[in-house]
Amino acid sequence: MNPMGDRYNIYSQLEHLQSKCIGTGHADTTKFEWMVNQHRDSCSSYLGHPDLLNYFAIAENESKARIKFNLMEKMLQPCGPPPDKPDDN
Amino acid sequence: MFLYNLTLQKATAITHAIHGNFSGDKLQEIVISRGKCIELLRPDPNTGKVHTLLSVEIFGIIRSLVAFRLTGGTKDYIIVGSDSGRLVVLEYMPVKNIFEKVHQETFGKSGCRRIVPGQYLAVDPKGRAGMIAAIEKQKLVFIFHRSPEVKLTISSPLEAHKSNTLVYHMVAVDVDYSNPMFACLEIDYEDADADPTGEAAQKTQQTLTFYELDLGLNHVVRKYSEPLEEHANFLVSVPGGRDGPSGVLICSENYLTYKNLGDQMDIRCPIPRRRNDLDDPERGMIFVCSATHKTKSMFFFLAQTEQGDIFKITLDTVGEVVTAIKLKYFDTVPVATAMCVLKTGFLFVACEFGNHYLYQIAHLGDDDDELEFSSEMPLEEGDTFFFAPRSLRNLVLVDELESLSPILSAKVADLAGEDTPQFYMACGRGPRSSMRVLRHGLEVSEMAVSELPGNPDAVWTVKKKSDDKYDAYIIVSFVNATLVLSIGETVEEVTDSGFLGTTPTLCCASFADNGLVQIFPEGIRHIWASGRVRDWKAPGKTHIVRCAVNQRQVVIALTGGELVYFEMNKDGKLHDYEKTQRMSSDVVCMALPNVPAGEQRSWFLAIGLADNTVRIISLDPSDCLSSRSMQVLPVCAESLCIVEMGCAERDQEDAASASTTTSLYLNIGLQNGALLRAVLDPVSGNLTDTRTRYLGLRPVKLFRIRMQNSEAVLAMTSRSWLSYYYQSRFYLTPLSYESLEYASGFSSEQCPEGIVAISTNTLRILALEKLGAVFNQVSFPLEYTPRQFVVHPETSNILILETEHNAYTEETKKQRRQQMAEEMREAAGEEEQELAREMADAFLNEDLPENIFSAPKAGHGMWASTVRLMDPVMGVTHQQHRLVQNEAAMSIALVKFHNSVDTWYLIVGVAKDLQLNPRQCSQGFLDTYRLDPHCRNIELLHRTPVDEVPYAVCAYNGRLLAGVGRMLRMYDMGKKKLLRKCENKHIPNLIVSIQAMGKRIYVADVQESVYMVRYKRAENQLIIFADDTHPRWITCTSVLDYETVATADKFGNISIVRLPPNISDDVDEDPTGNKSLWDRGLLNGASQKADTVATFHVGETVTSLQKTTLIPPGGWESLVYTTISGSVGVFVPFTSHEDHDFFQHLEMHMRSENAPLCGRDHLSFRSYYFPVKNVIDGDLCEQYNSMEPAKQKSLAIDLERTPAEVSKKLEDIRRRYAF
Repeated sequence: MNPMGDRYNIYSQLEHLQSKCIGTGHADTTKFEWMVNQHRDSCSSYLGHPDLLNYFAIAENESKARIKFNLMEKMLQPCGPPPDKPDDN
Repeated sequence: MFLYNLTLQKATAITHAIHGNFSGDKLQEIVISRGKCIELLRPDPNTGKVHTLLSVEIFGIIRSLVAFRLTGGTKDYIIVGSDSGRLVVLEYMPVKNIFEKVHQETFGKSGCRRIVPGQYLAVDPKGRAGMIAAIEKQKLVFIFHRSPEVKLTISSPLEAHKSNTLVYHMVAVDVDYSNPMFACLEIDYEDADADPTGEAAQKTQQTLTFYELDLGLNHVVRKYSEPLEEHANFLVSVPGGRDGPSGVLICSENYLTYKNLGDQMDIRCPIPRRRNDLDDPERGMIFVCSATHKTKSMFFFLAQTEQGDIFKITLDTVGEVVTAIKLKYFDTVPVATAMCVLKTGFLFVACEFGNHYLYQIAHLGDDDDELEFSSEMPLEEGDTFFFAPRSLRNLVLVDELESLSPILSAKVADLAGEDTPQFYMACGRGPRSSMRVLRHGLEVSEMAVSELPGNPDAVWTVKKKSDDKYDAYIIVSFVNATLVLSIGETVEEVTDSGFLGTTPTLCCASFADNGLVQIFPEGIRHIWASGRVRDWKAPGKTHIVRCAVNQRQVVIALTGGELVYFEMNKDGKLHDYEKTQRMSSDVVCMALPNVPAGEQRSWFLAIGLADNTVRIISLDPSDCLSSRSMQVLPVCAESLCIVEMGCAERDQEDAASASTTTSLYLNIGLQNGALLRAVLDPVSGNLTDTRTRYLGLRPVKLFRIRMQNSEAVLAMTSRSWLSYYYQSRFYLTPLSYESLEYASGFSSEQCPEGIVAISTNTLRILALEKLGAVFNQVSFPLEYTPRQFVVHPETSNILILETEHNAYTEETKKQRRQQMAEEMREAAGEEEQELAREMADAFLNEDLPENIFSAPKAGHGMWASTVRLMDPVMGVTHQQHRLVQNEAAMSIALVKFHNSVDTWYLIVGVAKDLQLNPRQCSQGFLDTYRLDPHCRNIELLHRTPVDEVPYAVCAYNGRLLAGVGRMLRMYDMGKKKLLRKCENKHIPNLIVSIQAMGKRIYVADVQESVYMVRYKRAENQLIIFADDTHPRWITCTSVLDYETVATADKFGNISIVRLPPNISDDVDEDPTGNKSLWDRGLLNGASQKADTVATFHVGETVTSLQKTTLIPPGGWESLVYTTISGSVGVFVPFTSHEDHDFFQHLEMHMRSENAPLCGRDHLSFRSYYFPVKNVIDGDLCEQYNSMEPAKQKSLAIDLERTPAEVSKKLEDIRRRYAF
């Protein structure tokens, strides 16, 4: 590899990673963004593992389809609206 | 410590079900996923019974399943979307009975991730392309081709990604032969993420997006996207082309909408609601699953609501345009995860929880008086249709598949006082809950029992003609007579059969030339098909003592140990072979195998002699009656049986034709109650690979019967056992039936594969229908979801805690009904008074069983609980103590307090007005009940208010330990309430389980694993002296020994945590002298840390752990676990280093030679959350037996053993600990 381009490379690699894998952090990731990603990841995991879905369905006494639907609905905004961003300028 | 994981019973829950012609013939089959197993079921169209053809564990999680067929093909393939990051196409091979992996395409990382496809799958109805999607962003399209050799090939994937987009559901649109099209329910969260006011999130609309695969350009385009009015949860594809109008049905909350590409109008229809429902009226209603039925002339959909009501949905069309959706209430069945309508008119319902059902569709509901709702009927906005649920009218139940799922709590104990322990399981959810008692054994269905005039000695069945399908006579032998019964519509005595009735019979059989043979002490009678009878008389004063018969040969042993051999010659005469042979000692038993197909005779005879040997005698005409080989036995043989079974053992020559190979097994029943099974070499007559198993107390008698079109052995001792070969595995299972004395195979029209047996003076006809099942179960219904139960040690009664969220108590339900009836009466006008009163009365008297029609959903924070005292053996409920509405019983323990050592107290932890998320309750209680000595009733003494949820209670040295939220408290008995003695506040979140052993207390936190606690008597303190270093979301724990705790977590891991030997728990004595050791702590926890000695990912949430002995007497201890999906497994310890070494190598080789079917790496699956440690996966090792013989051989060579030795090792370890 070209040692001159290393610095460049790291950035472009990071950028590539961020565009490919959702949730990859960067220097300015806020707590809220991180949290939202965590929650969306968790919800996806719950939807994927049948026994976790069963676990929720038993605890809440709802049908599995309803639990799935609720989890999907929650993924839109799992942690409520984002906080107001202070103006950078 | 090294452990070996074995599944005793595979999961019984069904997560997906699809149907198709997987074996390629006309018969439709069902493929189901059970989480980590894929199974092929075949409903028999004649009997309506569902048979399992194949079940394979894939060591991964199946997330989606779809069947597809290439254009012009006759056979369906299966595509599996799993957590492997791979698309796998499977084909079922009926000859070998295996799933073959046709294709495996890798596209992403493994695991159930947000952006790795696998969650959704859809295939073009014409089988040209398939789309696999993730929950977010990624969608891949694969194009299927048929290569010239009629092989399926797959293109490299085309991307159709859209970032910031979540997918709810996906289907393929039926567009006939235009470009394949997929419809997705999507939502874009980008705006919602950027808007701090939250307004955007409110306004974000779900969209229906069509993706088109342009076959010409080899490119996927996002064709069209349309916002939807309300959020939908799933889509149904409508048949297109010649079969229908194409398009999709969108199932959303309260509405069903038809949409098609183009400028066609949307058709919208509300989902009908139950009239006078007790449910919260604010609740929406969604469809949970659907099934499509399509013939050349029509199609319809069956869709099920959350309450279990199935609607038949049809579409009215004018030309290509849909004008109306019509909904008609069909029937109500328990809520399903998947439904399949089969061409043969069956409806398969895979239920969410509890047993699964197969229904026959008796009527299509076309011409009955049921109301039909149409989208054309005028309705106000927000208004809906109403219908009245009723019992089944269109469906008829034909089969039920038992399912334990979910197992919420389980215990292994011998409460019934039998010699082997039973499994007591609290199963199910809501009104479908049950207490199930499982016993190891095969369920026997009793077809008929009839009394006989005396106590018979033996029974046989014979056919009239050798190629008859069914048996003609049952012959029963008494001490001095023989009774012949003919089998027809009824079983009657006959006298014209030709059999000699005035003598006892030793044996009888039907001959290959349609004749019958009867052997009795004085001679042999050969009854020809014409009715002619020919007798052979035993010479001189001798008589026959033992005999063996097959279709062409008869061998008899005369008094004095002389053997005489007869063979049927070409004219059908029984020909006496000249030479006789005198044996060295008395003949105890003998057996002939059946004549192999296409041959004149079988070549061997097995003889058990009184000198504790079994000899194999040649029947080859060249060296007839000479001894070939010998096996020395520990005690004298009682009976012998040679059967042809399975394909477990083969030699090199026939390895290629594996699926049809079988081998001969000599079964030897010994007088000490043991059974020996050896492989009989068909050429040399040598006996190899002997395996022994102890069966019972009495000498073992063996009988050859037919099961599943192959031979099986019935072994009778103090219990009856069946040895059979099923789905490439040998089973030796006890029959759950009283002990029998003699048996024979039985086949009639009503019962094609049965057993006729005698027991004292009765003749019984029995059938075994659930081959392959390990347990047979008895089930007793419960009212609400069982949470926990405890066993009363003196009476073996159990006390069950049943608690239900989102439910009304009986009392509230009654009140609600009264209230609604009142409203009905009031709402009616003057002239309708009479009618209203009638309606209200009818409503009050209406009684729909909740186990089918589901219980009303009361809303969040509504709880109903009871405490039930039950005799688990008889299933009698002695008392049911109901708690009031919104009191949730959470924990239960039996305690003997030190000031009243002869009385048991029952402590129940109760939370009032509990909310699940975020967890909060208005108050908690510790209820103290006094238990009467017979455990027949409980009486409330007092309630102790606490401030949080008491999730765990436990008895500890005459006191009570309670986990109240995160507080660990110790209570003593008081007059008015329990008296708090001391408390520890250092458990971080919530105590979910407390176990005590000796002086130590093991406390499990909901997310921080286990804490070891000791009570410091001098200062009255509870002190945490050690904890674990890993976060674990504990569901249950079990103390294995003083130092060791087994834990299970929500994500399906089992870990064993052990305190290192240098740990000090002597909290009364502080070695540092300045109180620092116990107070200081280390790394935000206790000052001492436990080690993890074993970790393993089971793959299903484990709900109970117990160290117990499964095989008494003096058996070995193992760790039994049960899961939500309904599987039962054990961890067994290795006792020798050699065994561990062998299995470690076997597992390693199996991982590389027999990689899991759906592409997940075995090692990474078992290390899902924590790296697997010190546990060897027996489930993978046992797949050795179902591998191809050539592979088995090469693997065995690598292990420096023979295939027989490997499978013997596998069998041995299973048998030593479990079944």
